[in-house]
Amino acid sequence: MSDVLAVTEHRRGELRDVSLEMVSAGRDLADEMGGDLHLAVISGDVDAYADQVNREGVDAIHTVEYGEEFNHDVYAQAVEQLADDLDAEYVLMPNSVNGLDYAPAVAEGLSLPLVTDVVDFSADGELEVTREQYGGKVETTIEVSEDRAAITTRPAEWPQAEGQGDAEVSAFDADIDESQIQSTVTGFEEVAGGDVDISEAEFLVSIGRGIEEEENLPLIEALVEATDATLSSSRPIVDNGWLPANRQVGQSGKVVTPDVYIAIGISGAVQHVAGMKGADTIVAINTDPNAPIYDLADYGIEDDLFDVVPALIEEFGGEVPDV
Amino acid sequence: MSMKILVTVTEVAEVEDEFEVAGDDIAEQYLEYDLNEWDDYAIEEAVQISEENDDVEVVTATIGPERSEETIRMALAKGADRAVRVWDDAIESADYLDTDSKADLLAAVVEEEDPDLVLSGVQSADEANGATGVTLAEKIGFQWAAVVNDLDLDIEGGVASVHRELEGGVEELTDVESPAVLTIQSGINEPRYASLRGIRQAQQKPLDVKTIDDVGLDESVVDSPLAQTSMYEPESEGDATIWSGGPEEEAEQLAEFLRDKGVVDA
Ligand SMILES: Cc1cc2nc3c(=O)[nH]c(=O)nc-3n(C[C@H](O)[C@H](O)[C@H](O)COP(=O)(O)OP(=O)(O)OC[C@H]3O[C@@H](n4cnc5c(N)ncnc54)[C@H](O)[C@@H]3O)c2cc1C
Repeated sequence: MSDVLAVTEHRRGELRDVSLEMVSAGRDLADEMGGDLHLAVISGDVDAYADQVNREGVDAIHTVEYGEEFNHDVYAQAVEQLADDLDAEYVLMPNSVNGLDYAPAVAEGLSLPLVTDVVDFSADGELEVTREQYGGKVETTIEVSEDRAAITTRPAEWPQAEGQGDAEVSAFDADIDESQIQSTVTGFEEVAGGDVDISEAEFLVSIGRGIEEEENLPLIEALVEATDATLSSSRPIVDNGWLPANRQVGQSGKVVTPDVYIAIGISGAVQHVAGMKGADTIVAINTDPNAPIYDLADYGIEDDLFDVVPALIEEFGGEVPDV
Repeated sequence: MSMKILVTVTEVAEVEDEFEVAGDDIAEQYLEYDLNEWDDYAIEEAVQISEENDDVEVVTATIGPERSEETIRMALAKGADRAVRVWDDAIESADYLDTDSKADLLAAVVEEEDPDLVLSGVQSADEANGATGVTLAEKIGFQWAAVVNDLDLDIEGGVASVHRELEGGVEELTDVESPAVLTIQSGINEPRYASLRGIRQAQQKPLDVKTIDDVGLDESVVDSPLAQTSMYEPESEGDATIWSGGPEEEAEQLAEFLRDKGVVDA
């Protein structure tokens, strides 16, 4: 038997979708390795969350009541004790922002090999996991030669588990050492407000690092004006301070669902895709035919944006600025 | 009150548009090396702290071959005071340098340097494990916070007040006791360009090269229960219709599509 302990996640009183993905991923791994799937629900309203994650394929749910919100020291201690108690071979955690904050500590605490941001499992005697490298241009397979491991899975890679489950829910009496809790969450802050709401827009022209310099931005603005589109961007454009935070599409920005999304000079990194994969039609303008954005684009122009965008502005009778 | 900040710095490989996989990695001629984007922000954060406070030393720590000295000099040119680079044949020939090995090597450097604060990037752009900083914290007994996009350091009080950038435009406000490891998110500051003067000065700054033995470890540190068994270009999942024929024709097809779709009237 190789049992799997998968850890769920919630924030500010709500279960996060990734928790239901953990059920699917956990079931997948447990099936590959021939074991049971245990879930851990830690902090907050654990009984309500346990109820929500009790889906088909879950064998047991363990709740740890301690505090309200995520704290990495609490999570690390609870997961380590639970994994020990259950003798679970595999600890599965989401590669979410909070996952980045506690999964490596769990691996270190339990002396488990750690593989992160995994997109697939297979087993042929030994466990093999698939992950991406070089911004999604290649995939690698990693063989785990121990029969235990800590693994984080990529968000939105597995479907959300469905179907009512009948796993037994039991409270686990974790012995949380308070002297080990050396960070305190003092609050939350919503950012990226403001006058424009790109998540409401029906037609987005989105720009990425391919624009190269702030001085080239007027070119895109001219296109936006000529087509009456709304302007959005990938993260580096906001990081550079060229556009305000409320224009950022992606995991840490906005989720958008326009009729048409034109990605110009955007590679299609997973954190960007998280925010725009729900667009009805995706058009990519990108010189690199191997860019991951082409995996989800409906239409593509594999050409230089500095040639295509001016031509497009002219198509719509706009004025091409000197950049 | 003097203070030492250690910044972990790595070079990352960027892949050209057209490339080939040779063996278990992309063939060397298609790779270009640069300073990891996230580390650039970590360096800037450390240098800003050193400029705003008296008596702060900024030391960079890198695991990397001689080639990476170019990247390290860049960090020195931006204002770091000195650098440590760990490398030797055993690291060079390691089958798979995993997070655990990297964190062990960095932990050994931390032990020697005894910093008050460690800054690392959230992830490296090429391998993107996103795990070295927190693993290191756990090994050296420091507190930590991952994905920090705002930092307010109370040096006297020994507390770092940080914002952790969560998903969906929400930030978590957290107080972390020092000594701590913070993994720095892009956008936390505006990394400077190295000035000509900075680049000149960087040539004079100390860059110590150390072997596994020098940092007090033995070669088993690079052993790993993980092995990379293959690398390949994934089958494109896409079925995008590609418009071609040169910029004018391509723009024309896109314009026609947008009009048909009814999103543009012009
Ligand atoms: C915790 C975390 C959260 C993140 N959150 C987000 C998020 O919310 N949103 C987000 O976008 N990113 C996010 N990122 C960053 C993400 O990983 C990528 O770094 C980022 O999306 C890359 O942006 P890009 O595609 O514009 O740049 P790149 O990846 O550099 O791509 C630029 C593209 O432009 C193309 N190009 C270059 N020149 C031209 C030209 N002349 N004509 C046409 N094409 C050209 C290139 O081929 C390339 O594909 C996050 C990362 C982390 C670690």
